[in-house]
Amino acid sequence: MRMVVPLLEVRNLQRFFPIRKGLLRRIVGQVRAVDDISFHINKGETLSLVGESGCGKTTTARCILRALKPTSGEVLFQTAEGEVVDTAELPKAALKPFRHQMQMIFQDPFSSLNPRMTVFDIVAEPLLASGVKSREQRRRRVEELLELVRLRPEFMQRFPHAFSGGQRQRIGIARALALNPSLIVADEPVSALDVSVQAQILNLMLDLQDELGLTYLFVAHDLSVVKHISDRVAVMYVGKIVEIAETKTLFKAPKHPYTEALLSAVPKPDPRRRSERIVLQGEVADPAHPPSGCYFHPRCAHAIDRCKTETPSLEEIQPGQFVSCHRAREISLNGVEAQGNGMTIG
Amino acid sequence: MADQIARANGQPPMLTVEGLKTYFFTDEGTVRAVDGASFEVQAGKTVGIVGESGCGKSVTALSILRIVERPGRIVAGQILLRRPNAKAPVDLALLEAEGAEIRAIRGGEIALVFQEPMTSFSPHYTIGNQIVETIQLHQDVGKEEARNRTIELLRMVGIPNPERRIDEYPFELSGGLRQRMMIAMALSCNPKILIADEPTTALDVTTQAQILDLLRDIQQRTQMSVIIITHDMGVIAEMTDDVIVMYLGRVVESGPVDEIFHQPKHPYTQALLRSIPSIFAEPRTKLPTIAGSIPHPHNRPTGCPFHPRCAEAMPGICDRHEPRLRPISEAHFASCFLYHEPEAAPPS
Ligand SMILES: Nc1ncnc2c1ncn2[C@@H]1O[C@H](COP(=O)(O)OP(=O)(O)OP(=O)(O)O)[C@@H](O)[C@H]1O
Ligand SMILES: Nc1ncnc2c1ncn2[C@@H]1O[C@H](COP(=O)(O)OP(=O)(O)O)[C@@H](O)[C@H]1O
Ligand code: SF4
Ligand code: SF4
Ligand SMILES: [Mg+2]
Ligand SMILES: [Mg+2]
Repeated sequence: MRMVVPLLEVRNLQRFFPIRKGLLRRIVGQVRAVDDISFHINKGETLSLVGESGCGKTTTARCILRALKPTSGEVLFQTAEGEVVDTAELPKAALKPFRHQMQMIFQDPFSSLNPRMTVFDIVAEPLLASGVKSREQRRRRVEELLELVRLRPEFMQRFPHAFSGGQRQRIGIARALALNPSLIVADEPVSALDVSVQAQILNLMLDLQDELGLTYLFVAHDLSVVKHISDRVAVMYVGKIVEIAETKTLFKAPKHPYTEALLSAVPKPDPRRRSERIVLQGEVADPAHPPSGCYFHPRCAHAIDRCKTETPSLEEIQPGQFVSCHRAREISLNGVEAQGNGMTIG
Repeated sequence: MADQIARANGQPPMLTVEGLKTYFFTDEGTVRAVDGASFEVQAGKTVGIVGESGCGKSVTALSILRIVERPGRIVAGQILLRRPNAKAPVDLALLEAEGAEIRAIRGGEIALVFQEPMTSFSPHYTIGNQIVETIQLHQDVGKEEARNRTIELLRMVGIPNPERRIDEYPFELSGGLRQRMMIAMALSCNPKILIADEPTTALDVTTQAQILDLLRDIQQRTQMSVIIITHDMGVIAEMTDDVIVMYLGRVVESGPVDEIFHQPKHPYTQALLRSIPSIFAEPRTKLPTIAGSIPHPHNRPTGCPFHPRCAEAMPGICDRHEPRLRPISEAHFASCFLYHEPEAAPPS
């Protein structure tokens, strides 16, 4: 059963980085890495954050985990004890009791595991840190965790280099699960993996979600991967969310011109569907010097004068679909039609 | 195989790779990076080489250009380049690696575009100077003319303000612009064959779309042959005429792009196509997977290299004999015992 209760609610989150110049390292500007974004994730659900390099996905993820202190905004997290806390505001010490309830899975399974530690030590480390003193207890839990991620417990005494990329990612997942987190933040967890291994890890994440009732914030740039894993998708552009909707809706009937362009740009794995792509001109705006008005206007085929001066805000266009575009209600855009399991191999 | 395809369209292929083996002799053992790869490239066509990491795609490209680094070397096979007015093709595999002939071909008739353009430009010189130099290396033109040509090339690959950009350093450019510069450099000597090794892997989808469009556009205008190397089935489907699927240094299947996607024959190709996340899929559906993972290059399986992961493996056959690339139809080839009998007695 999936309950419709937000586990996480992000309100008006901002994170700026100062730009320093000269001998005195004076602040001469701000990179608006995350610029006033709001969204929620329900318990047991997967929300994906997508967008191009530098649009602020990782910064958002790190703010939620408080690996970075937000410049402003609220990050409301419902703890296992049923309390709602604002992790953006709390002093680090006050965060400690429930920090383990949010865990991270990283992109690079090669550099995120300490090469000098055995699999047992890697997976058991959070247990030890949280005060599980008995080695026997830790061993039993590690065994359980390895089975959960479909790795043979006999592997416990091996070092990471003896494992393939997919297996290392499983070890990273086992470690993240050690303390029974409710929220998993996964930053590009499959982008460094071989294609055939991506599928194994995505399936594992779907299974674990069902078995353990996990909630995922899934950060990715690959829209095909995102389509497989998510209940809802948020599209970011230059530090802002431009559209957020249920996966099916967003892919089939996008309402923001940038979402449409992103979908159109994905190379489709079927030579019979070679089509005219929308090729966006120019480049992603620099978050240190964003354009006026709608940040997307210099590249948008639908821009009108108003877009150059007035910044649109995220509005609910239809139930569950939020779009930040002055013209969302009047323009008609194309998405991608779903088709069975994707491939037709005949 | 070469003859069959030649007959099929009346024109010999531009490039024929036959039984290519490129090994690395490392301290830990021999890595058979390319282990008997055969394929051909037709004039004016785009060929895709697809496969997962380590299957030998890049080493195949490096072998064609003869820039395989030690401890690697070509140990067997032919790489036949046919030139318009020459009687016999030249076998690139036999040329002296540092000799004048291959140096004239490299960057001249055959050009290469890499995944990471940053590492292929020197950081200390402006990009313009590096392209001007390449032009002057291969063609007898003065500096002024080479510079004008460079500006034209930059314009052709869609670089805004080429007159100004020509004097910028690599680090001043975005990834997409650097990749355009790299393509401009590759095109500077009017190559007959352009090899693009993961040309868009490091780029965002929207920039990728721009670069793929550019490559397609240039291919149509110049009628050169393009070899595009990628692990992305989407890029293959959108860009190529013919596809070569590699696994552990071998070509396991090759054929026209439509047949590869809609009538794949080799179990690896079939499984790979099923397992890729597709943008057409229903959300939150599980993907069929391929069991296991790619073996470590030092532990090559015996017999068919795919047999430990193949759902259709036939014990006693697939683990003992090596299948060969055999025709299935006119232009479609597969290396699998589902389609041909083992030929030699099993090694006892
Ligand atoms: N510590 C920092 N100091 C200064 N700028 C930063 C810092 N971290 C991130 N930024 C900037 O903030 C913006 C957003 O970065 P972020 O890493 O969140 O992007 P992303 O969406 O995760 O990109 P990618 O897809 O490349 O991982 C970028 O312009 C980046 O350069
Ligand atoms: N310089 C080298 N020394 C030793 N092994 C190498 C070297 N370059 C490539 N290899 C090995 O050759 C195999 C094929 O590599 P490569 O062609 O780069 O694969 P890909 O298909 O990913 O491009 C891999 O096992 C790789 O580790
Ligand atoms: S607000 Fe204007 S510029 Fe921005 S996406 Fe909508 S139409 Fe385009
Ligand atoms: S030869 Fe055997 S193991 Fe290899 S792909 Fe064919 S059926 Fe599978
Ligand atoms: Mg990131
Ligand atoms: Mg490679």
